[in-house]
Amino acid sequence: MAYQESRTGDARLDALAAAIDRHFKGTSYQLEFACGELTLITPAEGWHDRARTLRDHPDFHFDQLMDVSGVDFGAYGLSEWETETASSTGFGRGVDQGDSVATADPRRFASVYQLLSVTHNRRLRVRVHLDGTEPIIDSVVDLWSVANWFEREAFDLFGILYRGHPDLRRILTDYGFIGYPFRKDFPVSGHVEMRYDPEQQRVVYEPVSIEPRVLVPRVIRSDSRFGGDARDSAHA
Amino acid sequence: MPEIRNYTLNFGPQHPAAHGVLRLVLEMDGEVIARADPHIGLLHRGTEKLAETKPYNQSIGYMDRLDYMSMLCNEHGYVRAIERLLGIEAPIRAQYIRTMFDEITRLLNHLLWLGTHGLDVGAMTMFLYCFREREDLMDCYEAVSGARMHAAYYRPGGVYRDLPDQMPRYREERSKWHSEADFKRRNEARQGSLLDFIEDFTNRFPAYVDEYETLLTDNRIWKQRTVGIGVVSPERALQLGFSGPMIRGSGFAWDLRKKQPYAAYDLVDFDIPVGQNGDCYDRYLVRVEELRQSNRIVKQCVDWLRENPGPVMIDDHKIAPPPRAEMKGDMEALIHHFKLFTEGYCPPAGEVYSAVEAPKGEFGVYLISDGANKPYRVKVRAPGFAHLSAMDEMARGHMLADVVAIIGTMDIVFGEIDR
Repeated sequence: MAYQESRTGDARLDALAAAIDRHFKGTSYQLEFACGELTLITPAEGWHDRARTLRDHPDFHFDQLMDVSGVDFGAYGLSEWETETASSTGFGRGVDQGDSVATADPRRFASVYQLLSVTHNRRLRVRVHLDGTEPIIDSVVDLWSVANWFEREAFDLFGILYRGHPDLRRILTDYGFIGYPFRKDFPVSGHVEMRYDPEQQRVVYEPVSIEPRVLVPRVIRSDSRFGGDARDSAHA
Repeated sequence: MPEIRNYTLNFGPQHPAAHGVLRLVLEMDGEVIARADPHIGLLHRGTEKLAETKPYNQSIGYMDRLDYMSMLCNEHGYVRAIERLLGIEAPIRAQYIRTMFDEITRLLNHLLWLGTHGLDVGAMTMFLYCFREREDLMDCYEAVSGARMHAAYYRPGGVYRDLPDQMPRYREERSKWHSEADFKRRNEARQGSLLDFIEDFTNRFPAYVDEYETLLTDNRIWKQRTVGIGVVSPERALQLGFSGPMIRGSGFAWDLRKKQPYAAYDLVDFDIPVGQNGDCYDRYLVRVEELRQSNRIVKQCVDWLRENPGPVMIDDHKIAPPPRAEMKGDMEALIHHFKLFTEGYCPPAGEVYSAVEAPKGEFGVYLISDGANKPYRVKVRAPGFAHLSAMDEMARGHMLADVVAIIGTMDIVFGEIDR
């Protein structure tokens, strides 16, 4: 047998990567390896079939879905301080950059699945990028029951819609909450605040009185120890 | 004949058996549950969003407050995610300290679980016994970190400081509450170092577990309340994303400490208890056996730590602060300290999912970095979230009183479910 270079340095993950290449050959997908973990990036179309293959095929047997998480990549790589030019211009006060979020980016959102195979004892992360204006993806509740609440959570916090979900209600936020709080253009202090009004004798909502501020500015430094520019790798 | 309709019952969110702020909307057919709909989020604090606005190290304290019954295990998951992103490894002594404190945390968590589960189901005494032992363990927390619960003791690159040589003692002054003999007795185990204190505890502890078992294991009422309640088959346990004692109770010998070892778990000896029937009683047996196994691990760690002094933090001052004494005389150390605590460090861009076996199950942290000094996204995978989502399936067809037993057996803590 010809010597083949290991892609990941871990025989089990090598086998997994090879199996993915074999099964999804000729279709669009991307495989990334970093920090000892494999990430499969796959388009939203055909995700449900692919998920079924990942669960049922003996090559994969991902019998457990450990986590589903929404991600908003709209502010990826944005920083509040420019460190490169600072030595000639000086630093300014860090300001909230809520306005510069790329809201309509066709790859703005992602639904990220952490799969675990108890049979083969290995993990795979699947990332599906979604459109910024209309994030919609097939639900996998029929494949893994646990996805029910995880998808509700991603819907609640990011506004990602899961097609075919039996009960897509808000889960973590308050009854009657408006907006998707974990999106990058949603301020940390929120939009409304609540207090008890003794005159009306009920709880009232008002616009927040908190000024948004930045305590520690967000800076991106390209560190030579880790190699490469920080901005180009993960959000490909 | 009058028309009979299902009755909707609201349970919580301020109910002592709801273990926090769980609101259950139960559809009852007589006294039988037809549908259970948990409403969660009453304790949602947006931990993940807050973590995005702070440098990495400042969020360690938030992790304590997720599952506030197993503080250091949460920190371990988060800190390990950062370490893997940075590509660093804590020194071996720190790994052993983490292993020991993870297991102390497991003891703390399971003791609380045993006490409150007992209380829910009607065994009042358990609570008092369990909290007696928790007190000693929280003193261990306090000895290393200064805080009884929210320790913030693990840091990327190791643990904040080495174990103290002197276990803090009760101050011996006469009061109307405690006699001198009281002080003597309470300080007896505290004469030596922290390790001496922990060792003394591990020697005492198995007898305590026997005590708990005499109260519960063969207790007729206990068995009536737990045997055959909330049965989950192995297939369903996988589907429902169970982990930890919940999946082991259903018969899977799945434990991340064995299957995907981290810290020093591959260097210590322990067994994994597995249930057979997947009911509340089996999960009780699994957890009680885990108490004994954790005790075993703690003991081995104590022995190792006694003999192997060494650093507990990596030497890279871009990530770990320099020692205070050094800072006083060395300009570079001062700059490192200042930069580290004002700006923090910038890990390379990338993403990582790090899971640890927390007392409740798989506690995972999914971390995305875009190369900034703050995480781009932190997602906490809380074991209790997946377990509670199975509430409807587990409670259906049971009586109302069994719902309390099922909530108890899930070991629910709202800090981690609502985040």
